Amino acid sequence: MTHRKMPGAALGAAPAAATTDAIPPEEDLSLQVTRRPRPGRWLAVLAAALFAVWLAYTVIVNPNLHWDIVAKYQFDGVILKGLGVTIQLTLVSMALGIVIGVLVAVMQLSDSPVLRLTAGAYTWFFRGTPLLVQLIFWFNLALLFPVISIGVPFDGPKLISWQSNQVITGFVAALLGLSINEGAYMAEIVRAGIQSVDPGQREAGASIGMSNRQILSRIILPQAMRVIIPPFGNQFISMLKTTSLVSVIAGADLMTVSQHLYLANFEVVALLLVASLWYLVLTTIASIGQHAVERRYSPGAAPPLRRRVLANLVPGRARKEATA
Amino acid sequence: MNDVILRARGVRKRFGATEVLKGIDLDVRSGEVLCVIGPSGSGKSTLLRCFNHLEQIDAGRVWMDGELIGYEQHGPSGHVLRERRPRDIRRQRERIGMVFQRFHLFPHRTAVQNVMEGPVAVKGLSRVQAEKQARELLDHVGLADRADHYPGQLSGGQQQRVAIARALAMEPALMLFDEPTSALDPELVGEVLGVMRDLARSGMTMVVVTHEMGFAREVADRVLFMDQGAVVEAGTPELLFTDPRHERTRAFLSTVL
Ligand SMILES: Nc1ncnc2c1ncn2[C@@H]1O[C@H](COP(=O)(O)OP(=O)(O)OP(=O)(O)O)[C@@H](O)[C@H]1O
Ligand SMILES: [Mg+2]
Repeated sequence: MTHRKMPGAALGAAPAAATTDAIPPEEDLSLQVTRRPRPGRWLAVLAAALFAVWLAYTVIVNPNLHWDIVAKYQFDGVILKGLGVTIQLTLVSMALGIVIGVLVAVMQLSDSPVLRLTAGAYTWFFRGTPLLVQLIFWFNLALLFPVISIGVPFDGPKLISWQSNQVITGFVAALLGLSINEGAYMAEIVRAGIQSVDPGQREAGASIGMSNRQILSRIILPQAMRVIIPPFGNQFISMLKTTSLVSVIAGADLMTVSQHLYLANFEVVALLLVASLWYLVLTTIASIGQHAVERRYSPGAAPPLRRRVLANLVPGRARKEATA
Repeated sequence: MNDVILRARGVRKRFGATEVLKGIDLDVRSGEVLCVIGPSGSGKSTLLRCFNHLEQIDAGRVWMDGELIGYEQHGPSGHVLRERRPRDIRRQRERIGMVFQRFHLFPHRTAVQNVMEGPVAVKGLSRVQAEKQARELLDHVGLADRADHYPGQLSGGQQQRVAIARALAMEPALMLFDEPTSALDPELVGEVLGVMRDLARSGMTMVVVTHEMGFAREVADRVLFMDQGAVVEAGTPELLFTDPRHERTRAFLSTVL
């Protein structure tokens, strides 16, 4: 049975003062609806603004903060190179993380107990140990396996082999650590996305003769995107900053180069500020991108933040926005 | 009479401890419309789903055009059934169209894209060819002007008609309908039944699980009554509706007619 709403049943009739309860005469029925004024909100805005101004003032005029040093290094070649590495690390490890994530998620949802167990163990291990430990481990892989080779296992003949020390540079170790760790988180996100899709979709695909892989890529994943995109955006923004961890294994990223610089010139705070400003720039751009993508995947969702804030502050404006 | 296109013998299916199908025998002849009726939970949907191997069976056999659906016989006397390779199962499903109670259209594809999906992805038709065919099919079900709408922009009746077109696009030899009008508002039932009636007239072989007794009476060549996982009786609509032999059939009909 379909449930039809009784007209007016959902309108909670709020008890109003007796004077306003009366039905206005015919000609007054075009009364305008406005929000209740909220003076408290304006006070809060004022207080917050004052606090922000004061905070900015103390920081800006603080003589211990060497703004000239900040200015000197903000666009320094070394810093920019580190910035490039940070962006590269983020993009590549997120891309690899998605690939691993989809693979592991599909394994987790498969009929095969072996695949499920393998996938479960993977997420269990890589989400259960600190990323910092994983990074250091990959960097020191040579201690465990001095030679990496392709060929017959168990001391059989090898086709090619490399010295681990030469292959596993800081950058490679960083990529390995970040993407394998990210894959474990993405697997959970993708799995939730896949499970959010109506099982009838899979059956509909199967009934017209589609293969499991086609069903996944053409039917399930596109629909899972709505659930996957928001947490993916968060992961991406988080990854931009998480890359700074690779400074412990000489990852050559923004944080690493900043550290190298301040270890030489002792301008610790100034260089941390330089790095932080760049991280803020990156995360801001990513947030804007996230917003745009999210809106694309869920039409009719929340309006842009700016409009909402204004609408909440200005009583009359809310109606205009709503009718616009 | 025409050849048997679908044959089921001794089909059994259990979910956990409960046996949902208790040895079903039935034949569907080419060009025939078979309506399956029965109380809720009697196993009608499960039976349909066994026909295109969306459900694995525990015993029995289902043949389509003489080929065993979903399984291959092994062992010296052929009594061991082993599931077929996925590729073979897909090939068999191509020939059996299915229409679901809740449509299950792909919500991220427009009506015409829904209909094109099978021909493009499965049959390897070019997009141009598939689109041409899809628009013709949508025209047949009266939805030429809705071809570029998304399922969310269509009424239930329109969605179900798109779903029928999507199944037909694979050019199946047999169409399965699982209560195609049960999820529809009463005023939309007619348009879907109309399309099915046309399809029946065009000679399509159809197995229709339905609660629409009027449709069964008018369109079906045979009606089959199921209860508690077994076929109670089957016959022409006139016979089954006016002079049922079994008490259970009579009791069921008195509640729905
Ligand atoms: N996947 C499943 N797991 C467990 N039990 C199931 C499953 N599918 C169906 N059943 C059970 O099998 C029985 C038959 O179900 P089925 O859907 O085939 O009945 P039906 O005749 O189609 O009923 P309706 O008219 O309500 O659609 C029911 O008791 C149902 O609860
Ligand atoms: Mg059913």
